[in-house]
Amino acid sequence: MSVTTVPKSPGLGRKRTGSLVWHLGALAVLAVVLYPVLWVIGASFKPSKDVIGSLQLFPGHPILANFKGLAKGIADISIWTFFQNSLFYALGSVLGILISCSLTAYAFARIRFAGRNLLFSLMIGTLLLPYHVLLIPQYVMFQKLQLVNTYVPLLIGKYLATEAFFVFLMVQFMRNLPKELDEAARLDGCGHLRIYWSIVLPLCRPALITSAIFTFINAWNDFMGPLIYLNEPGKYTVSLGLMMFRDSDGVAANYGGMIAMSLVALLPVLLFFLAFQRYLIDGMATSGLKG
Amino acid sequence: MGTAVTLVKDAPPAARKTRSAAPADRKRRGRRENLAGYLFMSPWIAGFLLLTAGPMVASLYFAFTDYNLFNSPKWIGFDNFTRMFDDPRWQKSVEVTAKYVVIGTPLKLLLALGVAMLLAQSRRGQALYRAAFYAPSLIGASVSVGFVWRSLFSDGAVVDRTQSLFGMHVGGWVGDPDWILYSLVALTVWQFGAPMVIFLAGLKQVPRELYEAAEMDGAGPFRRFWSITLPMISPVLFFNVLLETVHSFQIFGSAYVVSNSQCGPADATLVYTCYLYQQGFKNAQMGFASAMAWMLLLAVALVTAVLFWSQKKWVHYEEDVR
Repeated sequence: MSVTTVPKSPGLGRKRTGSLVWHLGALAVLAVVLYPVLWVIGASFKPSKDVIGSLQLFPGHPILANFKGLAKGIADISIWTFFQNSLFYALGSVLGILISCSLTAYAFARIRFAGRNLLFSLMIGTLLLPYHVLLIPQYVMFQKLQLVNTYVPLLIGKYLATEAFFVFLMVQFMRNLPKELDEAARLDGCGHLRIYWSIVLPLCRPALITSAIFTFINAWNDFMGPLIYLNEPGKYTVSLGLMMFRDSDGVAANYGGMIAMSLVALLPVLLFFLAFQRYLIDGMATSGLKG
Repeated sequence: MGTAVTLVKDAPPAARKTRSAAPADRKRRGRRENLAGYLFMSPWIAGFLLLTAGPMVASLYFAFTDYNLFNSPKWIGFDNFTRMFDDPRWQKSVEVTAKYVVIGTPLKLLLALGVAMLLAQSRRGQALYRAAFYAPSLIGASVSVGFVWRSLFSDGAVVDRTQSLFGMHVGGWVGDPDWILYSLVALTVWQFGAPMVIFLAGLKQVPRELYEAAEMDGAGPFRRFWSITLPMISPVLFFNVLLETVHSFQIFGSAYVVSNSQCGPADATLVYTCYLYQQGFKNAQMGFASAMAWMLLLAVALVTAVLFWSQKKWVHYEEDVR
């Protein structure tokens, strides 16, 4: 972080007003941005009939009935099942991305092989490719292989480095590591596998952490993939469980329960964010700068 | 962060010295490097062939067939495309998506840039604001937020009541075909944090001296923005415009969730991918859906091409870049 030089003050009074206006502006944006998040917290503790209509952000008499109701599950399936499925999907994705994208990135960043630039352009091209062009044929393929209603279609791409964004992020990071490291290691007789594993990967920790958290959050939030590929409620992720909740009978009477589950579903992402926001924001920021 | 970030393209390290060994030795080493490269790349190459290139070819073929997943595809030439252009719902989906992209993306980017400039003034609490503004970008795509959004924009909920204070009675945006799309626009604008963070990083790279010099020469704030800030951040502006536009063409989840899985009422939120989903997965019209997907690809490619072409005119890269 660069410490900015304070511009010479044209009088203390004006500076103070400027600062006041700045904070007022920032606070106004903050209020609008945070409102929906505060709302979902408050609404989870309201009786169903007040969820929509009450303008009070936090209820005067908070109730726990919405959360207690969740213990009954949705359509005889425990909430925990959905969480386990989502966790499996998210952690499986993280593992895949970390392995496959870092291997690919290492090749792009540290190995000089014929055709590297062409493959790199292809990889960048897939960043902008709309996923929907691949959706139908992929579905047809997985259907023929009888892999629909399994997690294979959702996970396989993660193990085959199809998430170009993370490859790109890691390539940028690896390129900035000093070349001398490899050369010294090579003189000591290390092969690429050793250099990758013992030198490059440990130094890439920030990029790996950023990729891991983004991957976790993306998989946790993923809606379209599970919607298309999973069709048995016992295999549903949290996203699909929520949709099932909404489409269930009597949701109108249990609107508070649905909002409470929405909040519970958001918690892992919010906690990750609170714990790792530096990595996420800096990772995001650098991706744009090196475009 | 904090170090000067340069716009490094694939710059080959200047005159890499290979040890002046015998040519045969060097050749062997080159072969070994090639082998290592392709071995490390093998997951990506498999993924590219199996999950990207192969499906693209298949999808192009399906686009010219009548295919319902159970019978084998039947070649019908351009029928899917002519049917598509005559289909009022397809036209509607194009209109809805265009409206969403054209209204939502500029609003989101303007807000992102505005707030980034506010935060770039480096006052106390900046990191905190930055983090808080970024949070919606992480949760915005979730089903949970879709439900929250539908609730907030329902009849008698906070948005409706606030609006009523100003004498406009809509009765909840999500139930009104004229308004529901704007709730989706609001949802994407709410996620301005991601482009904001990128703008902010770009703004930090602008040398302070430039502003001081301009101020000395009597340039006002508007002039400084126009002649210094804008050109200096044009690469990140380009990046943001490109990414946000391409992404917003592909909106699906929030449209689907906020509209109660209906993409309506009255097809008011029938975004392109929603219609594609309905045709492909509800009506088993795999051929038609593939043709639709290719039209989307063409549209995205066109927009990308135009943006890349236009960047010569307005994007300024540092000298040593290209």
